[in-house]
Amino acid sequence: MTHAQHPAQELGLTHEGRGGHEGFGGREEARAAGALLSAPPRVITVGAGLLDEALRAQAVPTTPVAWRPPLPGTAADLARVLADPRRQQANELAVRRLTSARPYLVGVRRASELLDEDTFLHAGPPITWERASGPMRGALIGAMLLEGRAADEREAADRLAAGAVALRPCHEHSAVGPMAGVVCPSMWLFEVRDDEHGGTAYCSLNEGLGKVLRYGAYGPEVLDRLRWMDRVLGPALAATLERTGPIDLRALIAQALQMGDELHNRNRAATSLLLRELAPAVVEAAPGTAAEVLRFVNGNDHFFLNIGMAAAKAGTDAARDVPGSSLVVAMARNGTDFGVQVSGLGGQWFTGPAGVPDGLYLGSYGPEDANPDIGDSTITETSGLGGFAMAAAPAIVRFVGGEVGDAVRATRSMYEITLAEHPVYQIPGLGFRGTPVGIDVTLVARTGLLPVVNTGIAGRVAGTGQVGAGLVEPPAGAFTSALHALAAVSK
Amino acid sequence: MTGPANGPMSGPANGPAIGPEQAVLVRRGAYHDSVALMRVSRALSELPGVTAAMVAMATDLNVSILREMGFAVPEADPGDLLIAVRAHDTDAAVEEAERQLTAARGADSDPEEQPPLTTRSATARGAGDLVLVSTPGEYAFFEALDAIEAGLPVMIFSDGVGLAQERRLKELAETKGVLVMGPDCGTAAIGGAGLGFANVLAPGPVGVVAASGTGAQQVTCLLDRAGVGVSHVLGVGGRDLSAEVGGLSTLRALGMLDDDPATELIVLISKPPAPEVARAVLKRRPRTPVVPALLGQAAGTDLTRAAEDVLRALGRPVPEWPSWPARPGPRPAPKRLKGLYSGGTLSAEAALLAGQGDFVDFGDDAFTRGRAHPMIDPTLRVEALDRAEETDVVLMDVVLGHGADPDPAASLAPAVARTPTTVVIALIGTEGDPQDLRRQATAFHEAGAAVFTSNAQAARHARSLL
Repeated sequence: MTHAQHPAQELGLTHEGRGGHEGFGGREEARAAGALLSAPPRVITVGAGLLDEALRAQAVPTTPVAWRPPLPGTAADLARVLADPRRQQANELAVRRLTSARPYLVGVRRASELLDEDTFLHAGPPITWERASGPMRGALIGAMLLEGRAADEREAADRLAAGAVALRPCHEHSAVGPMAGVVCPSMWLFEVRDDEHGGTAYCSLNEGLGKVLRYGAYGPEVLDRLRWMDRVLGPALAATLERTGPIDLRALIAQALQMGDELHNRNRAATSLLLRELAPAVVEAAPGTAAEVLRFVNGNDHFFLNIGMAAAKAGTDAARDVPGSSLVVAMARNGTDFGVQVSGLGGQWFTGPAGVPDGLYLGSYGPEDANPDIGDSTITETSGLGGFAMAAAPAIVRFVGGEVGDAVRATRSMYEITLAEHPVYQIPGLGFRGTPVGIDVTLVARTGLLPVVNTGIAGRVAGTGQVGAGLVEPPAGAFTSALHALAAVSK
Repeated sequence: MTGPANGPMSGPANGPAIGPEQAVLVRRGAYHDSVALMRVSRALSELPGVTAAMVAMATDLNVSILREMGFAVPEADPGDLLIAVRAHDTDAAVEEAERQLTAARGADSDPEEQPPLTTRSATARGAGDLVLVSTPGEYAFFEALDAIEAGLPVMIFSDGVGLAQERRLKELAETKGVLVMGPDCGTAAIGGAGLGFANVLAPGPVGVVAASGTGAQQVTCLLDRAGVGVSHVLGVGGRDLSAEVGGLSTLRALGMLDDDPATELIVLISKPPAPEVARAVLKRRPRTPVVPALLGQAAGTDLTRAAEDVLRALGRPVPEWPSWPARPGPRPAPKRLKGLYSGGTLSAEAALLAGQGDFVDFGDDAFTRGRAHPMIDPTLRVEALDRAEETDVVLMDVVLGHGADPDPAASLAPAVARTPTTVVIALIGTEGDPQDLRRQATAFHEAGAAVFTSNAQAARHARSLL
């Protein structure tokens, strides 16, 4: 690889305004024009297999493209969007901003600093109480109880149905939340700052596995744990991070990938690395509670997930709002709809029905217990981690129902729909190739390949919690409707 | 295939008195390229017990052909695959079709290796110096754009690419300094590699810039016959010299050949260009001599004369162009001329020189949606020949070379033999072509046709018969 795939780096573009194509320079032109006639060509063939065979019959080396027509009904939109003269440079700029983000964990903050007291955040595109699924409703009920705004489940549900609090997507408040992703004002949030572009992103603290709020559980043990996090964990982390100073998440994630995490369904290495960074400072900053804090973090392999999500969000937000860019900057689910946002289309959501994940189930749970796909954790895939980095995490391929070969194939296939390879996030098993990063809606439509998403599976009934984990297929319609909207604003 | 088979139709002469049954299946959204489908159709038709078979995308043209063949075709979109068979055991035939279609997909040599799904992906792998696009026309723009954005020259074999898209591609190519050949560029030869429909040509001093694929094939085949080889053949597409496109590819191709040390003389094959484009071309003033071969009514030249002009410019003798006159037969006096062509420029040239008759270019967009080009798939021309009448003269081209039908005489010569029509064939090819020019000429001649290697001579001959 790959200066052809990374023209942004080669071009060395430094700001949005630089137009024209002069960046390709004389070298490229000389190769194209002069050398074409100076030697027998190597030919990339796309289309009729016969013309590829005719070249091979002449001993001309060829690389055939395994071409298929685009997704039905997308040809006219593709023609418009691809013809937009801004697209190539816009995408180079957007994906370079995504991959050059340098996220640092800088602290924890109360959500009330960001939210007014009558607003709860949730995962995915906008949703109303009426359309919310079981686990989303369960988490919102839990948040009402946690905030002391209802005495019991029934009152919480009634008040939510009556619109007592505004429900807004995390994504609209520089935040992300796993599964239901519910954030209420009293919760602590990780704060991640992108040193390269100056953005800030937030994510809640991870509660652990099993019966937890984010999977829609709101029983006494769930609320007790949240209150402990509120009282003990949050303040301890705040004091700890003041001592450690900013923690370089880009370096930590790169390390974790090389230690077998894909940063969505496996965060064991990243959590361990984080614990190494934090432990001495926790002991110093919170001597009275250090043991319980460290035991809690150590007992939850997914403690890092939320931090990684905020890091991913910092990068994708840096890639937003580049006019003409077809780069996906968010994929998120609310348990009812799967939504995507695109750099060149501002804050608009494009949605399709959330699918039911295919995977392995805990205990006696089965597919009939599963809720449709839910959570903002697809921000990992949006930034080249999670399902896109499956080849880095052979240890969990069985957990999501496959073999090692499937993981390698999944990652390899994602290079077909992405704009770049990550310069720092690498996969040792693929010769340290960078992870596929930067989903392009035009490439999704052209190839018919949908993003590979790893996910946990929430129980369908409010209050159940996690029932399994697996893979889920996003709805193609979310991508094709985004493409249609891009076509409408194409130049 | 779809016409009467070469041998006797197999029927249940001695078996139980059950007639053949028919089945038409629709596979929604199952895409295969038209050449692969033609091969499956052909293999299926040759199975014992199968009287008719066609596996094709459900384009309007293909659906109407199936209806003419007597099949009841269910509702289907052009993106759907149709499997139609008439056979004694339709289940077995359909099963065989499915097996062949799976085989046509090609084996994945390394299941872990991801093949490139777009030209963008292939260029990112550094897989080539040149991209050859032959997808259906409505998608060719996407792949060609990938090539140009990656800084690679591209040949667009596909037709049906819109004028605005052609302009966009060529303007972008200007900024990247790469050549766009096409759209609808049927042939090219670069560094000895023949692309698209390509005759086997000896290396030599003549570089060709051609707005017409079959025009370039005719000229280079005649030059080859006269012992003159070519350096490169660069196609530019039939609209390049129009005012809308402004000759962008022609100018670039001329410049490239002018800079090429192997090229001593350039032939520019085109319809007369738009005047402002002609001025731009003239302003170029290449150091290498240019022989223009401008075709059409106003130009008053033909492809054969253009080849002869090149020979004279090189100081080479002009040979007799080989031909095989028809053996005299008891045919009634012809009254009407029918041109059944696969090459657009050859068809136009013949129509002009004959000055009368009905000419059909089966290579036109209208006949190639969801169907292989007539240089590959003889079906439509075989049918047309079978419909010709005793008092017709049929004039047709047969184009040889890489990419074309590996043995056109196998399907067309029997049709020539069984038609009561007088047939004149322009056989465009070289001694080096894989189909064996002489064997093809002999087969058509023995089937009763007059065979010419010059299309112009064939057309004049056909006219003389009327």
